Amino acid sequence: MSGRQPVDNRTDYLNDGYGIKSWLLTKDHKRIALLYLASITLFFALGGLFAVFIRLELVTPAGDLMGSDSYNKMFTMHGVMMIFFFLIPSIPAVLGNFLIPLMIGARDLAFPRINLLSWYIYTIGGLFALYAMAAGGVDTGWTFYTPYSSTYSNTHVIATAVGIFILGFSSILTGLNFIVTIHKMRAPGLTWFRMPLFVWAHYATSVIQILGTPVVAIAIVLVGLERLFHIGIFDPKLGGDPVLFQHLFWFYSHPAVYIMILPSMGVISELVTCFSRKKIFGYGFIAMSSLAIAVLGFLVWGHHMFVSSQSVYAGMIFSVLSYMVAIPSAIKVFNWTATLYKGSIVYQTPMLYAFGFIGLFTIGGLTGLFLANLGVDVHLHDTYFVVAHFHYIMVGGAIMGYLGGIHYWWPKISGRLYPEGWARFSALILFVGFNLTFFPQFLLGYMGMPRRYHAYPEEFQVLNVMSSAGASILAAGYVIPLIYLIWSMRYGKLAPANPWGATGLEWQVPSPPPTHNFAEAPEVTEEPYVYSHEEAQVV
Amino acid sequence: MSDYTIAAIEHPAELQHQFEDIGQQLDASTLGMWVFLLTEIMFFGGLFCAYAVYRSAYPEAFAEGSRHLHMVLGGVNTVVLIVSSLTMALAVRAAQLGKRIATTNYLVATLGLGLVFLVIKFFEYRHKFIEHHVPGPNFIFDGPHAQQTQMFFSFYFAMTGMHALHMVVGAGLLVYFIIKAYKGRYNARYYGPVEVMGLYWHFVDIVWIFLFPLLYLIGYHHGLAP
Repeated sequence: MSGRQPVDNRTDYLNDGYGIKSWLLTKDHKRIALLYLASITLFFALGGLFAVFIRLELVTPAGDLMGSDSYNKMFTMHGVMMIFFFLIPSIPAVLGNFLIPLMIGARDLAFPRINLLSWYIYTIGGLFALYAMAAGGVDTGWTFYTPYSSTYSNTHVIATAVGIFILGFSSILTGLNFIVTIHKMRAPGLTWFRMPLFVWAHYATSVIQILGTPVVAIAIVLVGLERLFHIGIFDPKLGGDPVLFQHLFWFYSHPAVYIMILPSMGVISELVTCFSRKKIFGYGFIAMSSLAIAVLGFLVWGHHMFVSSQSVYAGMIFSVLSYMVAIPSAIKVFNWTATLYKGSIVYQTPMLYAFGFIGLFTIGGLTGLFLANLGVDVHLHDTYFVVAHFHYIMVGGAIMGYLGGIHYWWPKISGRLYPEGWARFSALILFVGFNLTFFPQFLLGYMGMPRRYHAYPEEFQVLNVMSSAGASILAAGYVIPLIYLIWSMRYGKLAPANPWGATGLEWQVPSPPPTHNFAEAPEVTEEPYVYSHEEAQVV
Repeated sequence: MSDYTIAAIEHPAELQHQFEDIGQQLDASTLGMWVFLLTEIMFFGGLFCAYAVYRSAYPEAFAEGSRHLHMVLGGVNTVVLIVSSLTMALAVRAAQLGKRIATTNYLVATLGLGLVFLVIKFFEYRHKFIEHHVPGPNFIFDGPHAQQTQMFFSFYFAMTGMHALHMVVGAGLLVYFIIKAYKGRYNARYYGPVEVMGLYWHFVDIVWIFLFPLLYLIGYHHGLAP
């Protein structure tokens, strides 16, 4: 119960300068990661607040808490905050930023100033979104479909769109920085196939970020031009085509799903091998499947448009291509489970999250195949089945991986251990709350309840009450870690350099790491993940 | 300061602390610009894609709009930009050889040609304003496809506007580089930034090389669809 005591007389990145300026002008990738951590936590809380209102409204069939207009704003702001301002930056900008230089044995990312710039760009984009929210919100759905967004909506579309446009550049710059860093800054001996799978996953993510984000940027510009000058690009009355927007939008926004899930898969690859005390099974396949997902992800956007006047032949091709994404995804799941086989499994908190991820991602992925089916999609399109499906991927998958990673690397980041008992308890709470929230939505959707309505027929009430009850448990599962992680920054036990007995360069530097990471570039002489069963007692 | 930061202190001034040597720094910054240019290709790609969709939907209207652009001014601008690419390449070469005055002069020439382009573009835009060919409430066009021709002009302004914006950014960067070059910051060992600037400038030129035929030339002589 003492305050921060330096482990020895060295300077680490946390006590190398105090005061607001040493943080706001820092070029240290570790400090920038913490700036991002604080900002995305804020937006996560805001997005969660909107979810609370959504679930409250849906407790009863009648629209008694709010009208349809307010409800439209609620689900729009929930989606915008959670997707653009939380999920897309989450793992790359926090864990990726913190860990990639450490994992590859570099002193920093290739472009530290651009890294800081990306955080400022994120913040400016965030301010636009907050302004739009405070001024009355936006009601187009996070998808901004035209012609509603470009012609008919009377809400703050422009301010939100400008916010997302600006935000996109922070995502691009993060991806650019990672690609150059991974290509040019690896330590001697760290060949491509000795890299941690976390780094491979971020490489694939970065490719999507730099190729996809500019396309949604230009789509947003066109919506803005249409809205301001009414030039007719998306207005059928003037000869335009609203569906073109859907093409441009999903060309980015479907790969964006992989921006959210790939880094999470990278985290899970690290966790599964470490807590099985066993070398990962199928390293090369896991690494290459990340790239395969990134490439195939660009070819499937049309599966969002099976009922949007797309030709049925295009639909068939998009359907087949969407099925193909299941192959690399399944390769990952099979390799993780093969790693578990005959491993000495340790049930530490990060591993609980990894188990949660594998199960929930599998459900989310398989239901995605239902939706990629041309015929079934006509029945399920725009129902709660879709909502449940993508929450299994984004919350059950991406956020589980994010929290697992935060716990796993927390000793490295903060130099302190988190309370294991509370952490296991909240991981369990989260899993139960999540399933209670979203599993009923599969049933609701299958029975035909459409998404984005504030009122519904009475026969859907029981399942909706279950979902709302689950959401309150889920909320507890997020609040408890927030409290004990903040608590542990001051009162947690001091962490050793390698509390998990893990492999990887990031565990060879002290916790927390010194400002420049490595006194001199480390030399890598062996394959990654050389774990053995004998080490199992280390934890 | 502790042991951990000593490595950073021993670096020469133009070498940033995270790199081992100047070669790694040059490699990294060049690759960084190439990756950024990939992003730019996708950004303009979205616009080109939308243009292609509507051009194939309304070929006659687009040909009609194309005939109202000033081909000579567009052609002159094309030549101006190509020459500016030459002077930019010469500036990079001079920087690599460590010739301070030559680098500065070539950069100034590049900036001058860039500004000539922007001035000509300004007069083209001004002409469009006078003729009420700017999309929006004041758009007036006599012809059978007025509505779709307005869409052509929307693309014309969106695409050349976005290109001109990149030219303005490039011109601003050039001013910065001219000052640095004049002060002798670049030498035969450290010329990376000039090379990276050159990559950007050539990219912006290449975008115009695609814009000019798409907007000015296609369908100029025989506007009717094949």
